[in-house]
Order: sequence, then structure tokens, then C-alpha cells
Amino acid sequence: MDALVLARMQFAANITFHILFPTITIALGWALLFFRLRWLKTRDDGWLMAYRFWTKVFALSFALGVVSGIVMSFQFGTNWPGFMERVGNVAGPLLGYEVLTAFFLEATFLGIMLFGHGKVSERVHLIATFLVAFGTTMSAFWILALNSWMHTPAGFEIRDGEFFVTSWLQVVFNPSFPYRLVHMLLASGLTMAFLVAGVAAWQLLKNKANASTGKSLRFGLTVGAVLIPLQILAGDFHGLNPLEHQPAKVAAMEGIWETQRGAPLLLFAVPDEAARTNHLEIGIPKGAALILKHDPNGELQGLNDFPGAHPPVAPVFYAFRIMVGTGMLMLLVSWAGVWMLRKRGWQGAALPRPFLGLTALMAFSGWTATVAGWYVTEVGRQPWIVQGLLRVDEVASSVPGSHIAFTLALYLTVYLALLVAYVSVVKHMAEKPVPMPEPASPKPAPVKPGSQGAAA
Amino acid sequence: MSAIDWATALPVVFMALMGVAMLAYVVLDGYDLGTGLLLHRATPAQRDTMIASIGPFWDANETWLVLGVGILLIAFPKAHGLVLTALYLPVTLMLVGLVLRGVAFDFRVKAQDEWKPLWNFAFWAGSGIAATAQGWMLGRYITGFAEGWVATAFAGAIALLLPAAYVLLGACWLVMKTEGELQAHAVRWAKRAWAPVVLGMGLVSIATPLVSATVRERWFSMPEFIALLPIPLVTLAALVAARAMLNSKQVMGRLCWLPFVAVVAVFVFGAIGLAYSLFPYVVMDRLTIWDAASATSSLAVIAIGCAITVPTIVGYTIYSYRVFGGKVKELSYA
Repeated sequence: MDALVLARMQFAANITFHILFPTITIALGWALLFFRLRWLKTRDDGWLMAYRFWTKVFALSFALGVVSGIVMSFQFGTNWPGFMERVGNVAGPLLGYEVLTAFFLEATFLGIMLFGHGKVSERVHLIATFLVAFGTTMSAFWILALNSWMHTPAGFEIRDGEFFVTSWLQVVFNPSFPYRLVHMLLASGLTMAFLVAGVAAWQLLKNKANASTGKSLRFGLTVGAVLIPLQILAGDFHGLNPLEHQPAKVAAMEGIWETQRGAPLLLFAVPDEAARTNHLEIGIPKGAALILKHDPNGELQGLNDFPGAHPPVAPVFYAFRIMVGTGMLMLLVSWAGVWMLRKRGWQGAALPRPFLGLTALMAFSGWTATVAGWYVTEVGRQPWIVQGLLRVDEVASSVPGSHIAFTLALYLTVYLALLVAYVSVVKHMAEKPVPMPEPASPKPAPVKPGSQGAAA
Repeated sequence: MSAIDWATALPVVFMALMGVAMLAYVVLDGYDLGTGLLLHRATPAQRDTMIASIGPFWDANETWLVLGVGILLIAFPKAHGLVLTALYLPVTLMLVGLVLRGVAFDFRVKAQDEWKPLWNFAFWAGSGIAATAQGWMLGRYITGFAEGWVATAFAGAIALLLPAAYVLLGACWLVMKTEGELQAHAVRWAKRAWAPVVLGMGLVSIATPLVSATVRERWFSMPEFIALLPIPLVTLAALVAARAMLNSKQVMGRLCWLPFVAVVAVFVFGAIGLAYSLFPYVVMDRLTIWDAASATSSLAVIAIGCAITVPTIVGYTIYSYRVFGGKVKELSYA
């Protein structure tokens, strides 16, 4: 394999691993603020227990996000040195503002949020929790501004191959940014909702339920049920945007080879790039034209219009179907769950066991959908790093392939081990019995040294 | 008065900011890494206290590295590619070390009991890998990535020195933050690390002008030599003061913070000396900060942001250190 493919695999492995954790923490930060406020208002211990449990998951997820994010900040330079040399004037300030307005904020106030009880007032603690949630969301804002700009560049001019900014407003609020930001924030909300509901369902299945379980299940399923229709709508808008700016990506998503009127909506097919056709097509006639052009006889451009400059078709095509399929399953489970819960007086334990099993299985469904969605959009941009202007192979590094192969193997080993450890620790924490909090005590319960003494 | 020439001034501003961010990282994460390197010498209960002393800070401490590398990336993009390509493998090792250390913070208290020794080991090993790799990179960077056995031996020496310096810093941090038996241990650890650090710094100070002609000219011409004498003299005085404090009984009482402050001073003056040796190069003898800088307009956009946010960051960082000030208590979640 050549060095370019290895460098891409390495970068893809790293951002794939990284995005798993911010996807949880962006929304979980706000959920923690909600749990805390509910507890302060109702003084119901169930909310406090939910807060404490999910704080631990937050801390763990945040740590994994931080360390993989640091790797990423280095890989911009190690894997794509030419990117910053050519586009640094645009990308630099966006990344800089992310560090300055988001990273320090969330990292510093996380300490106070996690361990500040008894040291700061309840009000300061709430502010710290808010600042952590706000910081994670700001971080998403800046990084998505940069990512969107790479898909739909605006507000710049090119002199001697180097990019210069002409309007920062146009750079930040580039054409695909609003859609992408909303789509990603909703994805984070859904990932968090299904994780919270899934863990609660698992506790009920394993007879490990505590006072927080019912509240978590109701919270997770309700948030999921509210967000999923919004996400389907946002996804549709987000899908219409590349039709104008990245038609080759849309053609790959829909598996359209020849430009045609009234293209079908393919539910399944096996794209064959060598033969430049699909096998085993199952589709709805005129469906794609209807959805994308709002006209059954609308014309859609095919991949053959972009010789040598369209993305690899199969990964984009399949990833798109995995994302949409997972979304549909989320719709089904969350709506059925809320409906059944309502009929049973919001008693989670009264839900049928197969349904609890399905909900538990869906605990990490947000990861599947989010990663698949990112593959659609990122692989769909290939071979460009900045759509239509700068190709990935122009900015790659001169590091020998053997070095990249070695470090790729190292990263993959570490990431796989950490992923297994993460899921097994979340499961372990979910099953661990928790004592009821001491009555209405704002102080932390005394902790035995050697158990949680150094919770960090 | 002529107008300020921003194209000349801004790269200097960012070089200074990058230097401060890197120094902040080395000092702040230095005590974290040093504490991690001492972990295997402590009892299980002491380990929890040691990690509790750095628990609320390490996330933010590591962010200074992101800021330092971020400024290299955004203000000096041409140097960023050159430096990170030259340091490709040690950077990867450092990152793997930081990943292991960072996640072990959380995993060691949340995982099943039988896994705790493994995560403690990951914490220790990750700290060691990161510290050694950072030392190696510093050594390679000072010589401008020169080839040959002299440059390699030089980098190897700093790869040993920096972890030792971190251990000294971490031990002094523990002297300041802990009490009783652990504090007494920390005094012993600091004393044991002191001699190798002094020896190492002496050797590196002698070796640096020998491996780099640029550094030699900078330091050993008159009258600069006289003007620069305070830098090594203050460093030496700080090292001696730290040792004297560690030897006295006061260190177990109210003056427990003095050795830490003295060792931080050693790092600060070391950094000043290094900055003087390098300036105006961002890559020694190869690339000046003006050759490597981004467009002036882009630098201005970041400079405005830095002028507002950096003081804010410093402000809330100080607030956080005040909240968790004094001797470490057991940490527990809210």
C-alpha cells in the first residue's frame, strides 16, 4: 500500500475513534445540567443518582476525547503538512479559536464540576457545569465551521496557490455550515439519549435497577423520540445542500452512474466501480429524483460526469444506507418506547423484556449512525481535501510508508483496546450497586481510600 | 513615530506566546508526569492521594500543549510541517504515552478491581514514555535535527534528563500538596532526583555550545557573555535553594511550597536560555519566524482572540488552583 493510503487510513482511524466521545459528551454535558437542576428542584434522590452515574461516564468519555483530540492536533501536521501550508490562513484561526474559547474552558471547569463539591457553592458548581457543556458545544461550532468550509469553501481568494481570507463571516458561515452544525448537534443528542436509555434498559434486564433507572429510561426515550424526527428533517436539508455544491457525492450516495431523469431511490444495490454499474438493485422508481429534486422527472448528475474526480462509490453508498437505517430504527424504538411507557404509567420495569433488550442493544446505535454519516460526508469529498480546489494527494507528507504503517498498527492496537475497555467499564459501572445518597446532603459522601478516593 | 510594522512584530508576538504556552505545558504537565513516574514507588493508598493531587488539573494542563502546537500550526505553518515530519516517530510515541496516561486517570478508579494494577501500570508507563519522548524531541529540536552520532547522543542525553527533571518537579509538587508519610517519601524522592538533574543540566549546558556554532556565538562573545551570566547563575541558585530547603525541617511545615517554586524557576530560566539561543529561528539555522509565519491578516485575527481569551484563561486557571489549593483531600464526585 502506498504512503498516501496509509496516511489516510491512519487519520481516518484517529478521527473515527475521536468522534465517538465528543458525540457523547456534547449532549451529555447539557443532560447533566438538567439532572442537577431536577434534583435541586425536586430533591428526589433518583435525579442525584442519575447525575452522579452519568458524571462518571462523562469524565471517562471526556478523557478519551481529550487524549484522542491531542493526537489529532498533531496529525494535521504529521499527515497533511501541505494542508496548513496552503490553507493555514483559513484553518489556523478557526482551530485557534477552538482551543482558546472551548478547550481551556471545558478542561478547567471540568475539574470544578467533577470534584468541586464542598469547595464551591451550589451556584458556582452549576455555572461550572454550564461552562463545560457550553465549551463542548463551542468546540463543535469551530471544528464544524472548518470542516464545512472544506466541503463548501467561501470567503477566500487564492494567490500563488496559497489561500487568503477575504471575509471571515463567509468563511465561518459557509453554505453547508448551518446544516452540518444542526445535524451534528442532533446526532450528539440522539447518541446520548440512546446511551442513557440503553444503559437503563440493561439495568432493568439484569435486575440492577436503582432509583435513577426509571428516570433515565424515560429521559432517554423521550429525548430520542423528540430529536429523531428533527434529525430526519435536518438530514434531508443537509442532503439537499451538496446537490448544489458536491454533486459527485450525491451521485455516489444514490449510486447513480449516468446522468438521468427520474432516478430511482435505491434501497439496496451492489455498486461495481470497475464495471461502472450496480448489481442486485432494489429501488423505488423515481424516488431519488422526487426526494432530491422534488420532481419525479428531475435530472440528477451521474458519476460518469466526474471522471477521475469522484469519490469511491461503495463506501459512500453503503455508509449512507447504514446511517439512514439506524435512524429509522431509532424512530421506531423511541416512539414505541414512549408510547408503551405512557400506557404503563411511566413504569420502565413494566416494559416487555424483548423491548428492553432491543433498547439495550441500541445503547451505542448513535455511534453507528454518527460514524456512518461522517464516512458519507468525508469519503464523499474525496479526492478533494478542499472541495474542487485542493486534492488530498497534493498535501500529503513525505514520511516513509513503513513509518506510517508502524504507527498505524500502534494506534489501532491502542484504540481497539481502549474501545473494549470503555464499553466494558460502562457496563461494569451500570451493574455496580450504588448506595442511596445520604438524606438531602449537599456534601459528598465519605469515600473509602482505595475505592473512589482518587476518582479523577 | 512610525507606525508599527505588523508583519515584523506579529511573528515575534506569536513566538513569545508559543514559548510561554510550551513552558506552561512543561511545568504544569511536568509535575503531572513526574508524579506519574513516582507512582510505582508508593503504596496503593498513597497512589490514590498522589493522583488526587493532580486530578482536577491535568486536563487543563495538557491543553497548553495543544495551544503550543496549535500556535506552531496556525502561526508558523511552514515550520509545523517541517518539525512534525522530522519528529514523526517520537511524536507518535509521546502521543501514545499521553493517551495511556490520560485514560488511566479514569479507568483505574472505574474499572473492575482486578484491572486496577494494569491501569496503574499504564499510568506509570504512559508518563515515562511521554516524558522520554519529549526529552528526545527537545534534544533533536535544539540541534535543528542535525545528523550524526554527536547530535543523536545529545538528544539521548536530554531524553534521560527531562524525565529526571519531571520527577524532581513532581516530587516537589507532592511535598507541597501532601502530608505525613507520603510527604516524607516525596522529600526523599526529590533529594534522590536532585543530583542527576544538576549533573544533567551541567552536561547539557556544556554540550549545547559544542554541538551548535550558533549557540556558541550567541553566548560566548563579549559583552553578551557578561550580560547573560545571570541566567545560569539564577538557575544554579534556584537548584541550590531547592536542595537546601529539602534538607531542612521547614519543608515539612509551612515552607512546603518553596522547593516547588525553586524548581519551577529552574525550568523558567532554562526556557529563557533556550529562547535566547534559538531566536529568531523557529527551526535552528534553517527557518526564521518571519519565513515561517502565516499571512499578517490571519495572525491579526488570532492575536485579537488571544488578547481577550488568554488573560481570561489565566484568570480562571488561577481560580481553579485556588479552589483546589492547600493540602490534597480525597476526591469524590459531586
